[in-house]
Amino acid sequence: MLQAVPHSLYFALSAALFTIGAIGVITRRNAIIVFMCIELMLNGANLAFIAAGNMIGSIDGMVFVFFIMTVAAAEAAIGLAIFVLIFRLKGTINVDEINLLRG
Amino acid sequence: MADYIWLIPVFPAVGFLINAFLGRKMPKAAVSWVACLALFASFVVSAIIFLEFLKLPAEARVFEKDIFDWIVAGEFAAKVGFRIDSLSIIMCLVVTGVGFLIHVYSAGYMHDDEGFARYFTYLNLFVFMMLTLVTANNLLLMFVGWEGVGLCSYLLIGFWYKKDSASNAGKKAFIVNRIGDFGFLLGMFMLVTTLGSQGVWTLNYAELQANAHLLTTATATIITLFFFIGATGKSAQIPLYVWLPDAMEGPTPVSSLIHAATMVTAGVYMIARLNFFYIMAPVTMEIVMIIGLLTALFAATIGCTQYDIKRVLAYSTVSQLGYMFVGVGAGAYAAGIFHLMTHAFFKGLLFLAAGSVMHAMSGELDMRKMGGLRKKIPVTFWTFLVGCIAIAGVPPFSGFFSKDEILWKAFANSGGNLYIWIIGAITAGLTAFYMFRMLFNTFFGQSRASEDVKHHIHESPKVMTVPLVVLAILSVVGGWVGIPQLLGGANRIEQWFEPVFGHEKEVAAPTINFITNAFASGGAEGHAASAEGSLMIAAIIVALVGIFVAYYLYIRHPDLPVRFVRSFPGIFSTVYNKYYVDELYDAIFVRGLFALGRFCKRVVDEILIDGTINGVAYLLGGIGSILRRVQAGYVQGYAFGMIIGAIFVLGYLIIRVVL
Repeated sequence: MLQAVPHSLYFALSAALFTIGAIGVITRRNAIIVFMCIELMLNGANLAFIAAGNMIGSIDGMVFVFFIMTVAAAEAAIGLAIFVLIFRLKGTINVDEINLLRG
Repeated sequence: MADYIWLIPVFPAVGFLINAFLGRKMPKAAVSWVACLALFASFVVSAIIFLEFLKLPAEARVFEKDIFDWIVAGEFAAKVGFRIDSLSIIMCLVVTGVGFLIHVYSAGYMHDDEGFARYFTYLNLFVFMMLTLVTANNLLLMFVGWEGVGLCSYLLIGFWYKKDSASNAGKKAFIVNRIGDFGFLLGMFMLVTTLGSQGVWTLNYAELQANAHLLTTATATIITLFFFIGATGKSAQIPLYVWLPDAMEGPTPVSSLIHAATMVTAGVYMIARLNFFYIMAPVTMEIVMIIGLLTALFAATIGCTQYDIKRVLAYSTVSQLGYMFVGVGAGAYAAGIFHLMTHAFFKGLLFLAAGSVMHAMSGELDMRKMGGLRKKIPVTFWTFLVGCIAIAGVPPFSGFFSKDEILWKAFANSGGNLYIWIIGAITAGLTAFYMFRMLFNTFFGQSRASEDVKHHIHESPKVMTVPLVVLAILSVVGGWVGIPQLLGGANRIEQWFEPVFGHEKEVAAPTINFITNAFASGGAEGHAASAEGSLMIAAIIVALVGIFVAYYLYIRHPDLPVRFVRSFPGIFSTVYNKYYVDELYDAIFVRGLFALGRFCKRVVDEILIDGTINGVAYLLGGIGSILRRVQAGYVQGYAFGMIIGAIFVLGYLIIRVVL
């Protein structure tokens, strides 16, 4: 079944997911949506790993994916907690209005 | 035999340590006992070695002992080692003997001073350093002593440091000495590199002497000139003499010990010690003699105008040191050291007597406010008189023999140059004049002191007068070791120094043209003898004339000097103000250095260095203020930057792979 679809399409889909995610990160204002876009980028990368692992007949790709998923879960937990705190502090999670790091 | 020579400098060092650490807790009597006994022990050791020397043949009179390696660098090794020979033993005896008497005197003189322990600590340290200087067997250790005595001189001039003038005088002495020491150092550096390049790495006197032939005349001239600069600083010769008159701010026994009898003669000793180099450099010898002669005359003229008795003595010291340099410059090292020795006796005596006068006069130093002290302080008067006669050069007092020896040798060794002798003789006449001017003003005539001071005039205690008497006896008999052949003596002192200075070449019978006629009969021998005899008689006459002029002006017609000052105010004030040399140095060197300092502060420091450092800071700040705009604080901006960057990197890699 998987064999039937050429690898190049998987890569194309992966690239599309990654690009959509990246554009979302840059353009969206709501921090939660930005965050979701980051997840999208990660999953684009995951897809590329799986496809590449399958292509060369190795399970290394899958190992990477497991790690990325673990990191993404941890990141979600911490990131969402940070958003809660920022919301308490500033009354908004609009990334345009959060510029505490301005030099 | 040679094992215990290091004891000579060690005793004062022990005294120094005891007084430095325990002095303040000990009673005053204990402090002075420790200090005096330390000196006496050194004197005894020196005397034992001296007696030992007398038993040995002349060539064997050298004890040398290396204690340990001090600095080893490659082939060069400087050792801590001592050498006692016929030159240094005389120096040791003078330093410890006169030093001991002055220590005893100090115990009385400084009795009521709160810095009593500090005073004796410094004094013992000084003697230790001075003995290190004279007993060292290499130039580097001599330099340690050289610097050490300079330090002690500074400490003791500024002993009453609460007085501004004293602490300034101390600084002046130290700085002027440092200029000279710089010359000493350069001389040593040059000696080491020149000899080292020929495989001789040493500063030991004996080895230097053995290798002296490796130097060319030109190198020897430069090296000896450098060393002479060192000597002008320490021994107060033109142009570095300015510190010595100011050094009189220190306690009087210090002036006596350091600034008359011992330390200031270190330069003469050093040149005599390095005689084997100086002989190779006739040009240097001539410069030494001329500088000595000029200093002697110059200082003597200033001495004639001063009213402060210690300052008169100070200029007299500068002048007498000039004599010693004339001696060593003329190649008459024995005569120079002989004069050094007799000078230590009579100048030490004169200073101590001046201290006794001060003691009697409640600290007054101005001879215009003295007078008539003869009856009131007789011991001081008689000893002072002995000192004056000795320095004036009246036979058979010690000063006559040494001074005459120098004058004769300077005349004879310069091939009969009468001008040198005449300047020397004029100086001798001036010396006799100003010494007796001081004597008459101080001890004769009517007292000009205030009633309050007059009431307190009293003779000093025994502890002060006994050293005076001993030194007075030495001032009389001290010259008898050097009675010239002409007067039926054996000139023992010259023979004594032969192992160090070599046999002095027989004088080639110079004659004086206008005297030749009078003594035309007789051969060359007769000429030399008659020239020496006639010059000797002339010198005695000059001295007596000087004394008589002083008598005439200050006893018979005391109004004459006053009238002279009124009629020639320009001449008088120029000489009285020391030819404005201090002002000249102030204008050229002190202000010059201040100006240089200001230039360095304003231009080098504030513009160059501060400018560089501040400039770097401003530059980085400026770059930062531009770059900080990138740091807008918007997360998405950063993300955008990262992506653009990633695209560039990827694009570059892809292009490289594809192409």
